[in-house]
Amino acid sequence: MSNSISVPTVADMVAKGESPEILFWVGCAGSFDDRAKKITKAIVKILNNCKVKFAVLGQEESCTGDPAKRAGNEFSFMMQAMQNIQLLNGYEIKKIVTACPHCFNTLKNEYPELGGNYDVIHHTQLINSLMREGRLKIEGGSFKGKKITFHDPCYLGRANNEYEAPREILNKLDSELVEMKRCKTKGLCCGAGGAQMFKEAEKGRKEINIERTEEALEKAPNYIATGCPFCNTMMTDGVKHFEKESQTAVLDVAELIANAAEL
Amino acid sequence: MVSIIVFTILFLFTIIFFGWNVLKVRKNILLGKDLNRSDNKAKRIKTMLLVAFGQKKMFQNILPAVFHFFIYAAFVITSVELLEIVVDGLFGSHRYFAHTLGGVYVFIVSTIEILSVLAFIATLVFLARRNLLKIPRFHMDEMTGWPKLDGNIILYLEILLIVCIFTMNGADEVLLNKGSSHADVEGATFGFAVTSYLGPLIFGGFDVQTLEIFERIGWWGHIVMVFSFLNYLPYSKHFHILLAFPNTYYSNLNEKGQLSNLSNVKKEVENMFDPNFDPYAAPAEGEVVDPEKFGAKDVQDLTWKNLMDAYTCTECGRCSSACPANQTGKKLSPRKIMMDTRDRLVEVGNNRRKHGDDYDDGKSLLGDFITQEEIWACTSCNACVQECPVNIDPLSIIIDLRRYLVMEESKVPGELATMLTNIENNGAPWQFSPSDRANWINEE
Repeated sequence: MSNSISVPTVADMVAKGESPEILFWVGCAGSFDDRAKKITKAIVKILNNCKVKFAVLGQEESCTGDPAKRAGNEFSFMMQAMQNIQLLNGYEIKKIVTACPHCFNTLKNEYPELGGNYDVIHHTQLINSLMREGRLKIEGGSFKGKKITFHDPCYLGRANNEYEAPREILNKLDSELVEMKRCKTKGLCCGAGGAQMFKEAEKGRKEINIERTEEALEKAPNYIATGCPFCNTMMTDGVKHFEKESQTAVLDVAELIANAAEL
Repeated sequence: MVSIIVFTILFLFTIIFFGWNVLKVRKNILLGKDLNRSDNKAKRIKTMLLVAFGQKKMFQNILPAVFHFFIYAAFVITSVELLEIVVDGLFGSHRYFAHTLGGVYVFIVSTIEILSVLAFIATLVFLARRNLLKIPRFHMDEMTGWPKLDGNIILYLEILLIVCIFTMNGADEVLLNKGSSHADVEGATFGFAVTSYLGPLIFGGFDVQTLEIFERIGWWGHIVMVFSFLNYLPYSKHFHILLAFPNTYYSNLNEKGQLSNLSNVKKEVENMFDPNFDPYAAPAEGEVVDPEKFGAKDVQDLTWKNLMDAYTCTECGRCSSACPANQTGKKLSPRKIMMDTRDRLVEVGNNRRKHGDDYDDGKSLLGDFITQEEIWACTSCNACVQECPVNIDPLSIIIDLRRYLVMEESKVPGELATMLTNIENNGAPWQFSPSDRANWINEE
């Protein structure tokens, strides 16, 4: 069914004299990482299904600069930010949805001061409002009785105070939503933030993602749900480390919903 | 008369010495860079009332919060009795408020006594927690030597202080029972909630002369303890009892995820994008050329709020026990970041006083106090910021230190250098061509 997706670019739309209701900011992980691309497709299927008039920037998109900024290179960040803002303002983008909490945070909080003012939402927030409006309906069937635990991405949760949207969605799956000991404001990082994704960890007793996955696996969930491509990688590696792939799958909230809606 | 003179001298010395120390701390804090936190006054007051006055964040961990609240409440309300001691001390009166306030006085002192009993219990609990129970955050590497002693000293002082209050009130109660108190009250008892029972129980067997000595020991002991405590504060982590209020007032009100944008970098990048910009042009007349460095190497490169944070930290360690890096055995401890910042700031302040403002001791916060290994272990997850009961932000210091390392010294872990090059060359942290960015659309 993946053939049937329709992904217009902003450039195409503008050429036809149209403009998107909302820009889908795919992000580097969502564009290049094989695992994250599946999340991207799940979101596109949801958008297509709900007939949301969206578009992507395609080849024109570029890193928001988040990992550069967190790694201390404000120059790289500023270069990325200014080029992106120029592009987005040129297309008169008003609203952005993104599947990456890091892009979400940067676009929403750090771009306004540099002249980039957009209404930025995370994909779990968009999916939640589509469901509330009745534009997206799911049958809980395939997840009935399954146990799901949600891992809060730091840049969605603590950084931007969004804990409820993903949970509200997951509750509609007719499954059992179990919370880890450290959740919401107390949620433990997966270990990828602050540019850690791109380097080896400092010397210590344990990898952070192992500590976090261990905590998740204590709940013996069928699914560890995430809302961030980097958390997804870290938790997937953790599950592999404990050789629990056959019992526990790591899926993005969007994938669970696309699956339940049989898209 | 002698006692009035002695008291007045002690009192003046206390006020002047404390004032001098407060000014010193203020001057040190103002060594930090400008940061505008004068906006949004209503929200700031609300934050202060909730977080400092109402201790909202403490109550996420209910048991220590309740014990801490006993000490806090006892501390706040005892200041009424303190005021009376000062009045009595300066004018030679005895329980000046007893006469003027009447029934209200009994109520206030009774409240103080009940809270003091609770605070006494809380202090014992805290001493046990700190020294007997193996609570990891009290036994991390940075909590040895002075910080450990500091934590205990204040608890012992509190016990002494409370013992003095009860000695004073208890002995005076028995004196009044015997008709020998100097207080100007009707009847044979003060009617205080605790000492009207505890007093006769402990001091019932003593004669008037001995009781008067006990009463004076309690009175002088109490006030000398308070004066010492006040002047101990600026040298101790316990300064939080005062700084918690301004520190929460000046909280960061933005989303925690938002890092500051460096205006000097912004300007340089804008110039790069501006085709009309002449890099060799002399600065326009009146234009201030900004020699500021990028990021922070030493305490003066941080903002004044970072420095106030450092003085406010009471080393409770909630940040470090929530830190994912710390909890998995990495060297990073957000509490240590704050303690190092304060220790270095005190050192810089002392140097400037002794050797003049331009003195350079060749040391810096980054390198001599905080190592690269520590700051690179941070995941910027904001758990430390979330946990701090007085809204301290260790993360912004860590990021500013990283900025200095990367932009001024080009010291960056190898893999991150690759990531940064990729972003600059292909607009992605990995080595993919920008032209492949939309390939996913047509992939199976």
